[in-house]
Amino acid sequence: MRLTVQWQDRSREPHAGQFYMLRAWAADATPNLSRPISVDDFDNQTGALTFLYQVKGEGTHKLAALKKDDTLTVTGPCGNGFDTAALVGQYKRIAVVGGGIGTAPLLLLCKELCRAGVRPDLFVGFRDTTYGMDCFVPWCRDIYAATDSGKEGHHGLVTDLLDVSKYDIVLTCGPMVMMRGVAKLCAAAGVPCLASLEKKMACGLGACLGCTCHTKIGPVTVCKDGPVFNAQEVFD
Amino acid sequence: MADLHVDFLGKRLAGPVIAASGTFGFGPEYAGIEDLRVLGGISGKGLTLNGQPGNEGERLYETPSGLMNSIGLQNPGVQHFIDHELPAMRRCGTTVWANLGGHTIEENVEGVQMLCAAGVDFIELNISCPNVKQGGLAFGIRAADAGEVVSAVRKVCTVPLIVKLSPQAESIPEMCKAVEAAGADAISLCEHLPGVRDRSGKAPSRVQQHVCGPVRPGGASHRPAHGLAGRGGRQHPRRGTGRHFLNGKDALEFIMAGAAAVQVGTANFLDPKACTRITNEIAQWMDATASRRWMRSEGAHGKSPAAFPSKTTPPYRYLPYCIYKICYYKLNNIQEERLWHAKHLKF
Repeated sequence: MRLTVQWQDRSREPHAGQFYMLRAWAADATPNLSRPISVDDFDNQTGALTFLYQVKGEGTHKLAALKKDDTLTVTGPCGNGFDTAALVGQYKRIAVVGGGIGTAPLLLLCKELCRAGVRPDLFVGFRDTTYGMDCFVPWCRDIYAATDSGKEGHHGLVTDLLDVSKYDIVLTCGPMVMMRGVAKLCAAAGVPCLASLEKKMACGLGACLGCTCHTKIGPVTVCKDGPVFNAQEVFD
Repeated sequence: MADLHVDFLGKRLAGPVIAASGTFGFGPEYAGIEDLRVLGGISGKGLTLNGQPGNEGERLYETPSGLMNSIGLQNPGVQHFIDHELPAMRRCGTTVWANLGGHTIEENVEGVQMLCAAGVDFIELNISCPNVKQGGLAFGIRAADAGEVVSAVRKVCTVPLIVKLSPQAESIPEMCKAVEAAGADAISLCEHLPGVRDRSGKAPSRVQQHVCGPVRPGGASHRPAHGLAGRGGRQHPRRGTGRHFLNGKDALEFIMAGAAAVQVGTANFLDPKACTRITNEIAQWMDATASRRWMRSEGAHGKSPAAFPSKTTPPYRYLPYCIYKICYYKLNNIQEERLWHAKHLKF
């Protein structure tokens, strides 16, 4: 599902990899916690802020039931996100790897990379069919797709398509097992890799420590220290 | 606008609402979201002397009535707090409450000494930590154990000492008396309720122990804390801070039950502006009832709202019937929550 809201705070514009805490229900209604959803797209001209999410539980069902002109609470932008200016300054050949709904934050990432001067190659993996790929076309050099069922693109894993040695850096977001696979390939080839993690969180601000991840650099919060981490620090 | 300041244990709090430990980080996390200067204080993330990495695995679990957490007291340790978090916490413009727990009396004493020397405004002693010398039984269960740790801490504590009680205490009134006799300046009611979540079928741990946090009105795990706080508050109407609620009305219930100030816990997750919103709701009520000045530090002692601003009548010593009823209703909800857990547990 796609949800677009009007974000008017120009002093705090969202960047690729950041997320918002969304709440379309009252403080005393269930589910208790707001839902962290990553930024799919942001238009800094109109202030249109778009989220792409999978309807899975009670929270996302309530978000999906919103109608035009309804209001909801959005808290953010939260997290560190990808520092695209620094990435483009340092690396010229960039691969972006996404899986399933983990492709949502990659659209703004590809846009920002492209605007900064590097068109990334996009690798995506889905279960059955791809979705939302049209939006990526103007911002990417090549797009490679894989599906588990083989209905579309390569029949197999997205990591089968990826030759990390061709790239200076790999940026990834998706299921943990996929990101672990990507990180492993990168570690073997000595290519840096940044991964955007997902965890259940209560506050989104680094206060509750509910989303702590134990890494090689000690305990880190996915919401505040992340969600983007050096993959070699979080995966073995 | 009503003057909400509270004179609490010799310090001036800007308002009666304090951010509860564990739900507000060390304060700066919320600085861009709300004006922290209207808060009475910020109780920082629970500390232990040497720090703890916290629990592995999933740490949050939502139930229909609340939030269970399994953070495992993750904290950077007292020295790290003093060096890195305390300066930023001071800049929030409100009083600094250091929440400290320990597994031995010595750990508690040393931590309190360091924190007092660093100049925190209040110590909130968390006695829900397991006492290793008692085979892991928390200090906060038996009144004698609690008295022992509080009196040891009292000897070295140079700032007001608030003791945060556990809802698991054998008897909350007895616990209140014991910690007061041991030198506590105030009590904070109360810590989380323990709970268990079934994880059967999910490797590696079949059952993960969680602590059941509070949450919403109408739901159970928010309510028991409310009710228990009322119960303890009745015994010690002069002091204490109640916790866990969602709106100004809940806060006023606590204050009428004798709380000097209130702490806002899980509500901060549901609404990141909960502390300031609740403060404003209290102020609105004060304005609506034409009260120019906030209650005295000892609270309203259960007066009815109409009688509340008057200072001529001697304070009530006992809660009015309506508060009893609320306690009863809320304690009933504990049963409901237990039933809910029982239904969902498959051992």
